[in-house]
Amino acid sequence: MKKLALFFVAGALLHSLPVWAAEKEIEIKNYVFVPQNLTVAAGTKVTWKNTDQIPHGVADKNKLFRSPALDTGESYSFTYATPGAYSYFCTLHPYMTGTVTVTK
Amino acid sequence: MTFKPAISPESNKNSVYLQSPNRREFLRGCAWTGAGVLWALVGGVPQAFALDDTGSLGHEAVLVSSFHFVQISDTHIGFNKEANPEPIKTLHEAITRINTMPVRPSLIVHTGDITHLSRPAEFDTAAEILKGLPAPVRYVPGEHDTLDEGAGKLYLERYGKGTKGNGWYSFDDHGVHFIALVNVFNFQAGHEATLGVDQLKWLADDLRAVKQSTPIVVFTHIPLWSVYQPWGWGTEDGGQALALLRDYGSVTILNGHIHQVIQKVEGNITFHTARSLAYPQPAPGAAPSPGPMKVPAEQLRGYLGITDVTAIQGNRNLILANSTLAS
Repeated sequence: MKKLALFFVAGALLHSLPVWAAEKEIEIKNYVFVPQNLTVAAGTKVTWKNTDQIPHGVADKNKLFRSPALDTGESYSFTYATPGAYSYFCTLHPYMTGTVTVTK
Repeated sequence: MTFKPAISPESNKNSVYLQSPNRREFLRGCAWTGAGVLWALVGGVPQAFALDDTGSLGHEAVLVSSFHFVQISDTHIGFNKEANPEPIKTLHEAITRINTMPVRPSLIVHTGDITHLSRPAEFDTAAEILKGLPAPVRYVPGEHDTLDEGAGKLYLERYGKGTKGNGWYSFDDHGVHFIALVNVFNFQAGHEATLGVDQLKWLADDLRAVKQSTPIVVFTHIPLWSVYQPWGWGTEDGGQALALLRDYGSVTILNGHIHQVIQKVEGNITFHTARSLAYPQPAPGAAPSPGPMKVPAEQLRGYLGITDVTAIQGNRNLILANSTLAS
């Protein structure tokens, strides 16, 4: 009986635990987004981190988000909630582009 | 103003020296040889005056001898990384150089990236330091000047007075027509910089009143021609601006952004990019990216510099002289 009770408690606990949200990082290095094309599951928080010696910024092509200027070592995060294909670019150097593909 | 004809300092086979000439004889002599330039002493200083085809000095208004101005660029106040931890210091050095020029410049043109991160304190510091210049300063923004939350509002608050659109304008100085263009707004994903339809319309309109013989100086941050596309060193619709300028006798394009001197001449148009006063960048394709280039400390000043631009009346082309903080 005790074992069964424990079993139920464990099951209840497991069921109520939050699903850990996935996080992915994109490095901005040498004026390139690394990785340039990223695939994530819906709900993933993507963080861009600038390791170059000058500022960069990121903006979604369809204006979903626009980061402030990120100096060396600074980051910006955005959570992709909805599945789809997204493009973004650097707000200082617009020829720098990247994509995020969000799966269900 | 009285003129005393003097022998041209650069006597060559086209110069004419007449024994005690009167003014009319001298002028006729020059016209015959096609010298086209009368050197005269004005206030004890030799100055050049243009002669037209008949050997006449022409209208009083064109008797402006020479005029020089200085282009500075990419001061990046706020930058503090290893390529130059103290851009304030190097800017001060440039200002000292300009203040100690043998002839004071009439104008200073700043081709953008005044600040590094568009912070109010950076704009304040830059303005304070640039007050030390010996002549009025005219600005155009760089992309580093549009990083505030308002994406350029701060720059326009400070330097947008009297300008159109995102800060373009024109003015005349000593018979030269200056055009300030802005190509650091409305960046589009995967595209190079653009001037935009409104600005090009304005440019066409502005040029209507400009005579073909008037020297034109166009200044804007990002190069108007394609210096190196993989690094965004060009303006996508720059060709449309250049097409509007083709019919003019003398056009000089002054740009910044690439932190090095690159020049070329195409017909009536001279293209020139200036050095930065903050940090060097690599030559096109010479490094994986155009980021700040670290050089040995004792060499830094050889990579930073200013451009002195001289317009001599009677000379169709402006003279560009680049100097570094080490020279």
